[in-house]
Amino acid sequence: METLLQVNDLTMNFGGLRAIDHVSLEVRSGEIVALIGPNGAGKTTFFNCITGLYRPSAGEIRVFPPGQKEIRIDGFKPNRVTAIGMARTFQNIRLFSAMTVIENVMIGRHCRTSTNILGAILRGPRTRRQELETIDKSYALLEKVGLTRYANELARNLPYGAQRRLEIARALATDPFLLLLDEPAAGMNPRETKELDDLIVQIRDRDGLAILLIEHDMKLVMNISDRIVVMEYGKRIAEGTPDAIRNDPKVIEAYLGDETDA
Amino acid sequence: MLPGHRSIKTALRTALWFMFLTLPFMVVRVNTLKGEVEWRWQNMLWVGLAVFLLAIVWDIALSNRHKRSDRKPSASQTLSRLSQRVFHDKTVYLPIIAGVFCLALLFPWLFNTYQVNIMVLALMFVVLGLGLNITVGLAGLLDLGYIAFFAVGAYTYALLNTKFGVGFWFSLPIGGIVGATFGILLGFPILRLRGDYLAIVTLGFGSIAKIVFENWEEVFNGAKGIAGIGRPGLFNIEMSLEATTTYIYYLMVALVMFAAFMTNRLKESRIGRAWLALREDEIACVTMGIDMARTKLSAYAFGAFWAGLVGVIFAARNTYINPNSFTFMESALVLSVVVLGGMGSIVGVMIAAMVLILLPEYLRAVAEYRMLVFGAVMVLMMIFRPQGLVSNVHRYYRKHSETDAAQKG
Repeated sequence: METLLQVNDLTMNFGGLRAIDHVSLEVRSGEIVALIGPNGAGKTTFFNCITGLYRPSAGEIRVFPPGQKEIRIDGFKPNRVTAIGMARTFQNIRLFSAMTVIENVMIGRHCRTSTNILGAILRGPRTRRQELETIDKSYALLEKVGLTRYANELARNLPYGAQRRLEIARALATDPFLLLLDEPAAGMNPRETKELDDLIVQIRDRDGLAILLIEHDMKLVMNISDRIVVMEYGKRIAEGTPDAIRNDPKVIEAYLGDETDA
Repeated sequence: MLPGHRSIKTALRTALWFMFLTLPFMVVRVNTLKGEVEWRWQNMLWVGLAVFLLAIVWDIALSNRHKRSDRKPSASQTLSRLSQRVFHDKTVYLPIIAGVFCLALLFPWLFNTYQVNIMVLALMFVVLGLGLNITVGLAGLLDLGYIAFFAVGAYTYALLNTKFGVGFWFSLPIGGIVGATFGILLGFPILRLRGDYLAIVTLGFGSIAKIVFENWEEVFNGAKGIAGIGRPGLFNIEMSLEATTTYIYYLMVALVMFAAFMTNRLKESRIGRAWLALREDEIACVTMGIDMARTKLSAYAFGAFWAGLVGVIFAARNTYINPNSFTFMESALVLSVVVLGGMGSIVGVMIAAMVLILLPEYLRAVAEYRMLVFGAVMVLMMIFRPQGLVSNVHRYYRKHSETDAAQKG
């Protein structure tokens, strides 16, 4: 298994507050890695650093796109990170709510197509072919997440669980090799969580993507992850297989509190 | 439904408040000839009565609206459905387009030069509206100084023509390109701004442009303006004033069609979708791999391009321009066109431009209260139909295989 993402000693300060303190993490191809920890541990900040929304204060982020040389991406703009092949979803759903479902997915194809203003106006054969490809690929993705029947509805009219799945479809549309999911199961009922569980495993097994996810639903995390990394107060406190993490005294303390406190 | 006790009390209070507010200009009049003050108390009575009745009607309308939104689809929803059907059914929209086109072609033969002239002005605002619709309606970037690009286009042609003798047709694309260039130049410093800050800065840009034109005497001839600008020519044929007006009219019709066509093509393309996404959510937009700077700048540039083009035509039609044609009022008017028409909606913007320019022209009888009516219409729109006259229509995307089957079958 080759490494896809390697984060070394990532640190992020907001003024005097250190949100992430020398966190290292590695994701290898075909892996599902979960990042867990109590609220405020810095998980989402970590995601924002990797995807270029924040510029990390220190540390380095390297990616190894399959079949390409390694690239150091810390300090890259988010759109460049996406173009390299890392796509993400958001904890608080960020869909283009006044656009239709299919349009949302088509936006994901933006960085894989190249029509410019002139091409769009003239609408030549190349532009038309690209457009048809975009539509077809988007439909295929909607089918994968089970939203085909909503294709031409406005995204904001979708039920909550469907919105979460649409975000995953939109991220997949950018042709990533690594998918970052920020609490994909938040607010879902057990049945929806089960469906999501299947979807994530399917994305890994069939499409061969590696997945890094932040999640609070322990059942989901323990079910699907190959490795788990635990964060608390911006620090990495543990890493290991689900079984090892379940029995790690430090993790139990972080989640349940010190026994002497209680 | 009868108005309740409470709504009568509110209406009474509103009426009193309006009577007080309108006192200075409805009641008091200084007669400069006789040198005395006239007190027209009966006006106050009329204002009070009118406001009282309107307030009660208003209250009933609002409460009906609340009730309706609970039960069945409201009138505005029905209108949205209707517009969806009109825009998606070829048998409906093709005859309408053909009809409007024929009317547009016959217009100069049916009406006199005065009407044609007003129509030319309205068509100019249609194109300006379509241009600003790209920046504000599609990409969601508020621009309160849009008229500056219009001025840039007008001055470009005025200077090229009076100083270097460059012809109209050659200047037309140059005007557009210069406008777009200024769009990009002004776009750079405001890439990171949003909301209120964007409003303030663009407002400033608009004012700065006007002040530069007003004070740079050597180049722009200051407040005196530039006169003797050449009318658009056609193979050196001598044309009467009337013929020129008709000529410009057809030119504007062509430009409107051209602008609508191009905007529509862009809207349903990769670029247009990126603009819409930018309007919806900037952060999600960049994480989906869209280059924010390029997308914003292209929206500013393309919007400004149309203003530049129309500016050239404006200068050629008037043969005289001065900075007073490019005030904040004009920027606000174009923005109203976009908001009233419906953000992002091409047809809506066209209708709104016609309404906002033609209505005041034909309402000259009540010229004094034009702005009052204008403001009232805008407030009413925001309350009852915030999405504009015609809401943005989303294209219906079919699967490729389905389209193939439909074409074969």
